[in-house]
Amino acid sequence: MDIKLTIDGKEVVVPQGTMLIDACRQAGADIPTFCFDPDLKLAGSCRMCVVQPKGWRNLVASCVTPAQNGMVIETESPDVIEARKVVLELMLARHKLTCHTCEKDGECNLQDYCYRYGVTESRFVGKVHSLFKDDSNPFIERDYDKCVMCTRCVRACDEITGARAINVMDRGHHAKIATSFDGELADSPCVFCGQCIMVCPVGALSSKIAAGKGKPAQNEKVLTTCTYCGTGCTLELNVKNDKVVGVTSNRDPEWSPVNRGALCVKGRFGWDFINSPERLTTPLIKENGEFREASWDEALNLAAQKIKGIKEGYGPDSLAMFSSARITNEENYLAQKLMRAAIGSNNVDHCARL
Amino acid sequence: MAQEYRVLLEYADKINPEKASDYIKVGGYKGLEKARSMNPKDLIEEVKKSGLRGRGGAGFNAGMKWSFVPQYPETKYVVCNLDEGEPGTYKDRIICQKNAQALLEGMAICGYAIGSKQGYIYCRGEYPFVVELLKNAIGNAKESGALGEFDIEVRMGAGAYVCGEETALIESIEGHRGEPRFKPPFPGVEGLWRMPTVVNNVETFACLPYILTNGAEWFAGIGAKSYPGTKVLTLTGDIENATYFEVPTDYLLRDVIYELGGGVKGGKKLKAVQVGGTSGAFIPPQNLDTPIDFDSMSAIGAALGSGAVFVMDETRDIVDIVNRIAKFFEHESCGQCTPCREGTFRCKEIMEKINNGRGSLQDIENLKLLARVMMKASLCGLGQAAPIPITSTLTHFEYEYLRKLV
Amino acid sequence: MANYMDIIASCKDKPGGIIEAYHAIQKEYNYIPQEALKEAARAFKVSEAQAFGVATFYSYLSVEKRGKYIIRMCESAPCHVAGADEVLKTLEAHLGIKVGETTSDGKFTLELTECVGQCQATPVVTINSEPIFGVKPEMVPEILAKFK
Repeated sequence: MDIKLTIDGKEVVVPQGTMLIDACRQAGADIPTFCFDPDLKLAGSCRMCVVQPKGWRNLVASCVTPAQNGMVIETESPDVIEARKVVLELMLARHKLTCHTCEKDGECNLQDYCYRYGVTESRFVGKVHSLFKDDSNPFIERDYDKCVMCTRCVRACDEITGARAINVMDRGHHAKIATSFDGELADSPCVFCGQCIMVCPVGALSSKIAAGKGKPAQNEKVLTTCTYCGTGCTLELNVKNDKVVGVTSNRDPEWSPVNRGALCVKGRFGWDFINSPERLTTPLIKENGEFREASWDEALNLAAQKIKGIKEGYGPDSLAMFSSARITNEENYLAQKLMRAAIGSNNVDHCARL
Repeated sequence: MAQEYRVLLEYADKINPEKASDYIKVGGYKGLEKARSMNPKDLIEEVKKSGLRGRGGAGFNAGMKWSFVPQYPETKYVVCNLDEGEPGTYKDRIICQKNAQALLEGMAICGYAIGSKQGYIYCRGEYPFVVELLKNAIGNAKESGALGEFDIEVRMGAGAYVCGEETALIESIEGHRGEPRFKPPFPGVEGLWRMPTVVNNVETFACLPYILTNGAEWFAGIGAKSYPGTKVLTLTGDIENATYFEVPTDYLLRDVIYELGGGVKGGKKLKAVQVGGTSGAFIPPQNLDTPIDFDSMSAIGAALGSGAVFVMDETRDIVDIVNRIAKFFEHESCGQCTPCREGTFRCKEIMEKINNGRGSLQDIENLKLLARVMMKASLCGLGQAAPIPITSTLTHFEYEYLRKLV
Repeated sequence: MANYMDIIASCKDKPGGIIEAYHAIQKEYNYIPQEALKEAARAFKVSEAQAFGVATFYSYLSVEKRGKYIIRMCESAPCHVAGADEVLKTLEAHLGIKVGETTSDGKFTLELTECVGQCQATPVVTINSEPIFGVKPEMVPEILAKFK
């Protein structure tokens, strides 16, 4: 059954069960949110997405309110704007405003919404308790003085990664994100996948590896496939001055159909080797105990020639193939085919069996 | 002279609340028997007809609430809210200590009406002795056969006012942080362990045996038409008789204070009375001639709430009291939604500033703005009600604030 | 002293019974020791982070060591107007500790609480959940003397 409602004067038809936020977006309204994430369970808690249903006493959070027949919704009524401004001011009142050095500068929801609603400062600034977590892990910076308590990191950790390393501790104004006994991530079930960084709408969570190398918002993004394993995760290389300075997620299911932005510790943090001077960029051939650079054609020809020689001299079973999880299933298939059909041996193995 | 009218507390201190046999001697468990002779649909109609409305504070028609529960799922739950955390309220404790069996009978009646065999009583952590009493009362009632197949388990809260909110209460029974859920879905459809659940207050359940025994018309004829029955009130603050009373719901607030309450302590003048607990509005003396029922209280911008009546004499410093109340809400906010988590903290900060003589007119404006947004945009009733003591005192006692400004 | 493993095992079959288990643990230990919390997380099949989140949400639960007797001073509005502040100051002075602290002999922990539902005789203090009514500052030494 379809539902008909009016949003900002426009009539919209949506299927039953549609939340107002989607109906509003269908009507062209730009609904701001912190806690809403289409890949995570609903929270309904930041109250930034509130809208005004005509005739209702209170505003409703559009992300958790189902559209009802005949509803008349205003998405930018004076009450809605007032509520959103106050929510922003309340967040600002405890936010460490170091945007100039913040990794999230330029793609921070708090920054964007304050700009949109002209919130320059907060009327509610008072006591600020520092919640910064000095966590010695090499990957994830946890600056909870910038946290807006949207809990997307907690949900991503539970629902996407399944590590369940973090949760909310304490309550009220003192509530914060913590591991068990408020310890360090390294002592928790955290697998350092950085999905928490991916979903954080502000600068509370960021990559220590990429810190200071280039603000993601300003970097050129090159879509590519992670080479660490055969899963084929899509990731975005952040490029600045022709150098890779970071990895971010592309969550668009069309571009990232395999992983929807989710990565593992290697994919997200293991990219700094790319610019390493120690990295091999051409094949090397060892002659008289010394390596010398060679072309791919030369190297492949030499390998083929040697393999052939061994097969002729000692039989096919004197050769073995050991393949890698960094190549795809299809490539692994081809590798065993090469071994069995072209060389004639069943001596095939794979690093994943180790 | 206005009198008490005791229905739930008629046999207070005359029967042992743990013993089903004592209760049966004074007519107990007849209501459940009558209910079980009826078709569940007719039973719900009967409860609707009695006009019984929730005694926990929201005032929702009990029969109506039950009627939202779908028939088809096999597992459904009856949950009793005994988390009474509203400061100045202890009526649910009194009802349990004087007449626990009526609560159990009421829950069993509800269980029959909605098709549930399992009840839970969520008792606040401050009442371990009530937990013991209830466990004994349940054991005794089960042994006597009075409850039939209906089982009741007691769960203990652990010091969180927000768990009085029905969905937070459900979360807490499930062993989670007591964070309210967004609604819909309402508990009637998706409650405890995502199954249909009726959550009612102790007093609401305890009314049911009497409604069934004496008939819906009888109950509908007591007190105020739109909120019939009796209400147990607890009097605190500057009052001669700081105790509990059960009165018909059309009882005047003035009589609560000056007749039953014996007047303001020490013969002083009344400055204000806060009804319904710490989230209630402050009522000035000119509004005392209002019946205590839900709608009459709403009409003067107040709330019957839990039935707590907190009396303040002429010497009391309203700003200081509201400052204390602001601290309460700051302590009790669950921290989930932004307006409440940050708002209750900033309200407390601004109230403290004003109370310490450092506030300005701008602070009062900021308070009003904050209050407006918290009331309109908070996720649950806690954040929506937290500013009421502030806004109601700014309406009726603004001079108390102004004289403390810089 | 009962073992926390046994205490948890006895609550394990109650769905959602982790809070019940915490109550039972606290009855023995007056707080929830780290190992007990970890065991509760295992028994109730929740993450340790969640078990910790639950334990820190409720003001009656503590993950930090506390004294043998937990004194709670109610400071809700009815007790506040009845003089809770003065009683609290006397308690602090007499025990030589501030709110949230434990005496050096490990006997008393002083906490604040909101309404305990005993408002017929304010202000109210509870000691290990036992309410003491109509407390006046001058009564404090006598009250404390009863708890050895």
